Amino acid sequence: MHNFPGFLNIPLADWVDTFMDWILINFSGLFDAIGHAFLMMLLNIEHFFLWVPWWVVIVSVGIIAWCVMHRWTMGITMALLLVLIGSFGYWELAMMTLALTTSAVVVSLAVGIPIGICMAKSDVVETTTRPILDAMQTMPSFVYLIPALMLFGLGKVPALFATLIYAVPPVIRLTNVGIRQVSRDTIEAARAFGASPRQILFDVEIPLAVPSIMVGINQTTMMALAMVVVASMIGARGLGLEVLLAINRIEVGRGVEAGLCIVFLAIIIDRITNALATRQEKNLES
Amino acid sequence: MEYHNQTDQAREICLEVDNLWKIFGEKADDILNSDLRSESKETVLEKTGNVIAVRNVSFRVSKGEFFVIMGLSGSGKSTLIRMLLRLIDSTSGSIWVNGEDILTYNKKRLMEFRRHTTGMVFQYFGLFPHRTVLDNVAYGLKVQGVSKEERYDRAREAIETVGLKGWEDYHPSALSGGMQQRVGIARALAINPEILLMDEPFSGLDPLIRREMQDELLELQDRVQKTIIFVTHDLHEALKLGDHIAIMRDGKIVQIGAPEDVITAPADDYVREFVQDASPAKVLTAGGIMDQPEALLYEWQGPKAALHTLNDIKEDYAFMVSRNRRQLLGLVTLKRLKAVIQNNGSFPEGAFEPDPPTTSPDSILEDLFPIAAEADYPIAVVNGDGKFMGQVQISSIFENMIQGREAVTDA
Repeated sequence: MHNFPGFLNIPLADWVDTFMDWILINFSGLFDAIGHAFLMMLLNIEHFFLWVPWWVVIVSVGIIAWCVMHRWTMGITMALLLVLIGSFGYWELAMMTLALTTSAVVVSLAVGIPIGICMAKSDVVETTTRPILDAMQTMPSFVYLIPALMLFGLGKVPALFATLIYAVPPVIRLTNVGIRQVSRDTIEAARAFGASPRQILFDVEIPLAVPSIMVGINQTTMMALAMVVVASMIGARGLGLEVLLAINRIEVGRGVEAGLCIVFLAIIIDRITNALATRQEKNLES
Repeated sequence: MEYHNQTDQAREICLEVDNLWKIFGEKADDILNSDLRSESKETVLEKTGNVIAVRNVSFRVSKGEFFVIMGLSGSGKSTLIRMLLRLIDSTSGSIWVNGEDILTYNKKRLMEFRRHTTGMVFQYFGLFPHRTVLDNVAYGLKVQGVSKEERYDRAREAIETVGLKGWEDYHPSALSGGMQQRVGIARALAINPEILLMDEPFSGLDPLIRREMQDELLELQDRVQKTIIFVTHDLHEALKLGDHIAIMRDGKIVQIGAPEDVITAPADDYVREFVQDASPAKVLTAGGIMDQPEALLYEWQGPKAALHTLNDIKEDYAFMVSRNRRQLLGLVTLKRLKAVIQNNGSFPEGAFEPDPPTTSPDSILEDLFPIAAEADYPIAVVNGDGKFMGQVQISSIFENMIQGREAVTDA
């Protein structure tokens, strides 16, 4: 009486295993190609960050922070945080982490914004996409790390893939919300002047959704950074690997240093993207 | 009203609406094809859950006409104006614009129609908050695919027309409600449409600004001569602006006519109730109640001749006009004239009453009250070019008020 009836048993695990085998046999070429493209992009971005002299990075981050936040003190603070990362001895690793984060964000936007627009345009797409997004955010990351490893092998590409899955939902959700909350009156006005659906999307809906999309970009970036430790477990070098090694060897000090560097990067990226988002919003106040 | 109202018979029809229906809901066609079509809105809603918004509406608008659709909220007037450019699709009927039924248009042709033939102004402005005033006004042209340079030129022109020169680079949020609606009007005018559709454009503005905008719209209409379809819930606005007024109730048009017809011969109790609230002070105009003085003074006359004229008509004042085009020069009073003759003062300047009260023929009586309270002499009626049209006696303002009220209650 207390046992769940056996005839209701669904062998989902077997199905998934069979499916994975099938994919591995039939589509390995395709995934190799995708993996190669991702890797090239990632390596180029990483080369760029490592090629730029450290002081150029610090000065430009300072100036950008000053410009978007309109306070020179913020510019100095952001630059100082970067100096701290350097003086802990983690400059190179921080740049690698930044490269992985940037790549993940770029891919997230390229994938997420169009999906968000589709969701806003169609209720069917919205209701079907919602649970998938929920799953992406709550599914323990190891569950999809292993298939990613099987498809792309060890290294940076599965790390990028895992980061992407975890980080893309916010930008999709907020693009959807941003476009859906554009006022009906404004869209009606554009229609009345004979704007095509395409013109309405690019002239009215997307520009008016920008503040919301910017918040999405901010959150996506934060989540991408949060994944670096997990990503390091499958062979992506960077600050996350440093934390992992420190923990394995019980070197508390080293762990704190590397951990702080991740926090500093997060603060810098958050403040700058957040300032961009609120500035967009101010422009649109009416 | 006759000052901006011309006879319509000779003019060609620009827009014709025939037996137009709009039923919101899934059983629209069933309702149209059954006896339900003649049932009341409430009955239909109860039986089918569908809403009849526009019911068998027909009307014609000639080129250059100012056509007002008036009704309370829920009367279907906003739905109707949106159907005229198919922002809302109709259930049945036809809409002819320049001889073409726009309900047969495909998507592409409809877009072209909206781009070139109609311009719309909205109650809540519908401006694009992320674009500057200039870009807002130029938007219709951008959609048409006009080059940047040309559309900015034409947008600047439209902005100047509505009196917003100097505000081109501001965002709408920096502007007051009245100014935002001017942007809305400029945006519609910039594409130089044949038909201007205005959906309660002034309802969101405070009364003082509203009156000002109405005056400006009339003046603008004098210049641009568009066909205007104007929706409002305000009878005074309808009477002031419209060449013709269609009064809507529960989706039906209950009366179409010139403002005077609506006032003097309301078609049913619904209209009568409306009209009863219409104070004559807001309907009658200075041009309608003015009379011609028995004599005028002319600029070439000397002081003695002027005195002779005044004695002749037994009045203690007279208006002086110029030789050509009857420009009003001033108000000569008997007292001042005598003083000039005795002291050998300058004439005619010395005999003029300082700041004589004047008004335009379109001013409604209500606007004359403050002037009348101050005035010792009749008010001169002067048109936009400074030409003397007649005079309004202070006593006649009140006589007309009383008669006007009686006319309305008797009807």
